[in-house]
Amino acid sequence: MIYQGKQKIWADYQKEIPDDHWYYVRSCIRQNFFPGSEKMFLEICRNVLGKDFHENASHTTCGGIAYHCDTIPQETVMTIVARQFALMTEAGYENYVASCITSFGNYIEILQTWEEFPELETKIRELLWKACKREFKKPKYVAHASDLIYKYRNLIAERAKYRLINRHTGEPLKVVEHIGCHYSKMFPSKGVGGAEYPYVLCGMIEAWGGNVIDYPERRHCCGYGFRQYHVKANRGYSISNTHKKFESMEPYHPDMIITNCPGCPYFLDRWQYAIAEMEGKTYGENGYGIPVFTYEEVAGLVLGYDPWDLGLQLHQVAVEPLLDKIGVEYDPARKYEGLNHKNLLRPELPGVLKCC
Amino acid sequence: MKENILIIGGGIAGLEAAGQLLKLGYNPIIVEKSDHLGGHVADWNRLFPDMSPAEDLVSRLIAASSEANIFLNTEISFVNRLKDSWNIMLSNGISIITRILLFATGFTLFDASKKEEYGYGVYNQVMTNSDLEHWFNTGQDERIPEEGPAAMGFVHCVGSRDEKARNPQCSKVCCITAVKQAIEMKQKFPEAMIYCFYMDLRMFGKKYEDFYISAQKDYGIRFIRGRVSEVSENIEGKLVVKAEDTLSGKPVKVTLDLLVLMSGIVCNQQTCKTAGLLSLPIDSDGFLKSRDNIADITEAPREGIFYAGTCTGPKTVPETLAEARSAALEIHNYILNGM
Amino acid sequence: MDFGFKISPSSAVNLDNVDLTLYNRLLEAEPDICKCIACGSCTASCPANRFSGMSVRKAILNLQRGKEKETARMLSNCMLCGKCTMVCPRGINTRHLILSICKLYKEEAK
Repeated sequence: MIYQGKQKIWADYQKEIPDDHWYYVRSCIRQNFFPGSEKMFLEICRNVLGKDFHENASHTTCGGIAYHCDTIPQETVMTIVARQFALMTEAGYENYVASCITSFGNYIEILQTWEEFPELETKIRELLWKACKREFKKPKYVAHASDLIYKYRNLIAERAKYRLINRHTGEPLKVVEHIGCHYSKMFPSKGVGGAEYPYVLCGMIEAWGGNVIDYPERRHCCGYGFRQYHVKANRGYSISNTHKKFESMEPYHPDMIITNCPGCPYFLDRWQYAIAEMEGKTYGENGYGIPVFTYEEVAGLVLGYDPWDLGLQLHQVAVEPLLDKIGVEYDPARKYEGLNHKNLLRPELPGVLKCC
Repeated sequence: MKENILIIGGGIAGLEAAGQLLKLGYNPIIVEKSDHLGGHVADWNRLFPDMSPAEDLVSRLIAASSEANIFLNTEISFVNRLKDSWNIMLSNGISIITRILLFATGFTLFDASKKEEYGYGVYNQVMTNSDLEHWFNTGQDERIPEEGPAAMGFVHCVGSRDEKARNPQCSKVCCITAVKQAIEMKQKFPEAMIYCFYMDLRMFGKKYEDFYISAQKDYGIRFIRGRVSEVSENIEGKLVVKAEDTLSGKPVKVTLDLLVLMSGIVCNQQTCKTAGLLSLPIDSDGFLKSRDNIADITEAPREGIFYAGTCTGPKTVPETLAEARSAALEIHNYILNGM
Repeated sequence: MDFGFKISPSSAVNLDNVDLTLYNRLLEAEPDICKCIACGSCTASCPANRFSGMSVRKAILNLQRGKEKETARMLSNCMLCGKCTMVCPRGINTRHLILSICKLYKEEAK
């Protein structure tokens, strides 16, 4: 691997990311999958870094899941997106940041389509007006939330309580980064670092002390793939893809996986349980799995937030071995204590995959 | 006084044309931007189909044109149109008055790093056709182990027939070059397993098909019809190459010690700039536009300007040489009849 | 545990794992086999193709990709009419080749 060769490509794919004043839209599924992530994003941006991030309770789905499952027409998705832009315009913002990778891809694709087919944009403006009497300005900048954490990575590193270093050996942690397909595969120029060697997560790992692993199936899909999972008959295809990735990264003995997509961390995490049950195989140390994180969770960890406030108890793969490696302090007794001391109840432990 | 003819480019087209023009009694002046004559061919090792040394051809051409005025490390700075001629200012400060210009500006080798998925410049064991010729010439390249690669591959059509790379044209010479280089590697390393990943094999020239059959039968080179989609590196530093075997309709995967990218022929941007100084049109493929692509390939649409070789599109060495001779003859006729 | 779905092996042909021992032995007897350019003339003219999927082109490709069982099964449908030999532009004696493959695989089966 020639690191300078990657740097050359990264230099070609840098995008302008404004520093402040963003209109934030959430993902449909992340609050269920990784409930602490979006909260942590706003916490870091607003309270740690003092930036202006606005959100509006009346925003909806972007329609991306239905669009990629081929169940709604594109005009409908565009009108939904136009309404989101209208909410941004009404709030007085020009910079639009999406929590979800598929939303991000959806917004970029729609803006690009309007660029090439202006008559379609006119039609959507009419449809939006008919539907809800709203008007919109197109955002000046569209970013994915990981672009922002990438931009702030050094500010976060300056304030970090922990680094991605194994405190027992002093070695950097070996980190697998996994990028959501819709981040830059459709429009390589819109992603930090492009599509073949994306830099957005690598930049965070490097800034926070870890070592990036580049393994043969790095560019491969996590296995979610919308219809691959949502249609039950296709689930074998979903897990086979995930299995392929784990087999490929196994020889590198990764300490953790960091992702920037709603679906990827979920499937990379949960399918480790299913693979363990089906094949009797686990990929972490001593029968554990490889812990999988969102970039907000990792940012929160290095900044010293309590792992249970980050929602890490909702992961399938136990995070405790990694917390011990980094030296993060946590109270095992509080693991299943939710907000306001609510008892979340203890889950049943799996048979093969070792969990705490 | 002998008529001045300015030849832009000291590759094989420029040298051959200069040699012919000298024989016809003219005064050819070669302007070459690099520090050596012979262009790309001078960097090559052996030429298909007879495996003749490229060096022999280049030195023969240089000897035949040794009486020409030659400026190395020189480019055209600007051009002034006079009444019936041009005043050409060179970057070395010399100005030349001539009625006749011959473009023998050649091509640029496609920059293989633009095909990011092949990892040229990112993965250690990826090289280009040109790097491999350089190794044939010098024996120096860290990517090739002394004992040779156990398995290696050639990727055809890198930057050719590729609309996304803005080169929709076929580069013509890469198919046969890959076969030639594969045979040469097999001669050096008989134990090596060698794969060629191709989209079509375009074996149009004299003895090319014989070469291909020999590669299959005598050297056991394995041809896989499918464009390489992705290259990555495994933990041992070997390359993992993915393609579709389109003949069986299945994806194939193979681990290789060396991958050679057959970089294609693309138009020379410098040529386009010089052409701009003379208001010469560029064809839809990005190369210089001839007066007619069938009957007058060596003539520009402007009087007194001629073309030879790959400045008008990808060509083989014999095609280039034939065109250079043809251009010299056209220039001769123009001087005799066109004044 | 049965989830109602399972991990399926990759459909990709991994050329690293192809055992070419038998193919190399075949090559000694039938050196012309590697001259095949996959033009498909043999398949198109094969009277058994429509009914049985018999194809010399596929048989050769399968051997090169290590799919020996598929080849042996396919060749059992050949009627040795010789039409493929007639049409092969590379002059491969396909009839002889088919017999050689059968012979080799029969030996192997013993």
